[in-house]
Amino acid sequence: MEAIYAIFVMLGLGLFFGFFISFANKKWSVEIDPRIHEVEDALPKGQCGACGYPGCLAYAEAVVTNPDVPANLCVPGKAAVAAKVAEITGKKAESVAAKIAFVRCAGTYEKAVRTAVYKGISDCVSANMIAGGNKGCTYGCLGYGTCVKVCMFDALKMTDEGIPVVNPDKCTGCGKCATVCPRNIITLVDPEIMVKVNCNSRDKGPIVRKNCKAGCIGCGLCAKECPYGAIKVENFLAVVDSSICMEKCSDPVCLAKCPTKAIRPAIWGILPGTEVL
Amino acid sequence: MKEYLLLFVGAAIVNNFVLTRYLGLCIFFGVSKNFHASSSMGLAIISVITMSSMLTWVIEHFILIPLGVLFLKTIVFVVVIAVFVQLLEMVIKKFMPTLYNIWGIYLLLVATNCVILGVPLINSEAHFDFIKSTVNALGSGTGFAIALILFASLREKAQFSNIPKSLDGLGIAFILAGMLALAFQGFGGMIPL
Repeated sequence: MEAIYAIFVMLGLGLFFGFFISFANKKWSVEIDPRIHEVEDALPKGQCGACGYPGCLAYAEAVVTNPDVPANLCVPGKAAVAAKVAEITGKKAESVAAKIAFVRCAGTYEKAVRTAVYKGISDCVSANMIAGGNKGCTYGCLGYGTCVKVCMFDALKMTDEGIPVVNPDKCTGCGKCATVCPRNIITLVDPEIMVKVNCNSRDKGPIVRKNCKAGCIGCGLCAKECPYGAIKVENFLAVVDSSICMEKCSDPVCLAKCPTKAIRPAIWGILPGTEVL
Repeated sequence: MKEYLLLFVGAAIVNNFVLTRYLGLCIFFGVSKNFHASSSMGLAIISVITMSSMLTWVIEHFILIPLGVLFLKTIVFVVVIAVFVQLLEMVIKKFMPTLYNIWGIYLLLVATNCVILGVPLINSEAHFDFIKSTVNALGSGTGFAIALILFASLREKAQFSNIPKSLDGLGIAFILAGMLALAFQGFGGMIPL
């Protein structure tokens, strides 16, 4: 008798719940645009957030549902992904400006003065909090590799000299390292740029000289030398206007004049001190 | 009133499900990497545990006991909870999209979790009445959420410490979980099971 009851109870409950769920599914279903998943599949799924949305799904949703969101926001995906997203959403395919991370510091252990021995947590954010870090230069790279740890594409490597180098083949230009650096040393630049200023110091010349042998002292020689006016000295730091530099200049004369060699040709993947001029 | 309070505190802290009874460990390690996810998960667990134990109490006392098929309770509870969680997901997806964005995936993760099934079974073994079952479930869920949130905070702190390479990640998490369980062992026996 019990066995029969058991069969009926299970059968009854199963039928009841089955119909109930299928009814509820019909009644309360939420329509999702199938293109959202198509777009998500097309994205690289690094969840890096370079597009400004929290993860790839959020961007896929925004680009499908909001007509004002452009199809070219995915930086790691570059032009191929932008074209695919534009095709799925029916938006205009715009080109993606390729970007690469650039470490604006050449203050290796050898060249830059360290004022203290830091034995705390091996992390730039916490090192920077203790009396402004243990480097003489308050703008320079601390070398504890917070940017290396945050890079999900394995594109940054910390060298023994205490400055990270960027691997141009792996760097997607997502900008995570730039956000996490407590001293804003890393910026995103165009990979085609001719020259770069390997310094972030806005200190006056004599102070820079005291702290670092590789720093920009703001002498302005490069600015005088450049025939196109692409270089300006702002706050004792040379700044290169990349659009003018890339468009007009084919033979950078500014490089030879720099007394500290802070301005150098743009070569990625090796430390500034080791490149051949 | 005192009786219910004791039951609640007992289920939440003294006989904490994760740290003294070692149930629900997959979620405990899986969703404790950051504070935000763990607090959403904790809330999902509290609500699902409470509502599903209310539902299973009704089914046990109005269907299984009158028909004398109490031996079916494990399998019936599994079915009931799975259905209920599916239903809850549909309802909040339709009517509370904001809540769905916070809970979304966690709701389906808890559907087949052992804590969710464990609490109704323990209620049934202990012959609790309806209110007591609900209070016990609420306490158990709260305890689970407390443990999960504490553990996630510890793991977030551990990310900034100098951990030996071999222990980094799950290794240090297991050690932290052991220490947390040891701390909760201090409450042991204050309120019996």
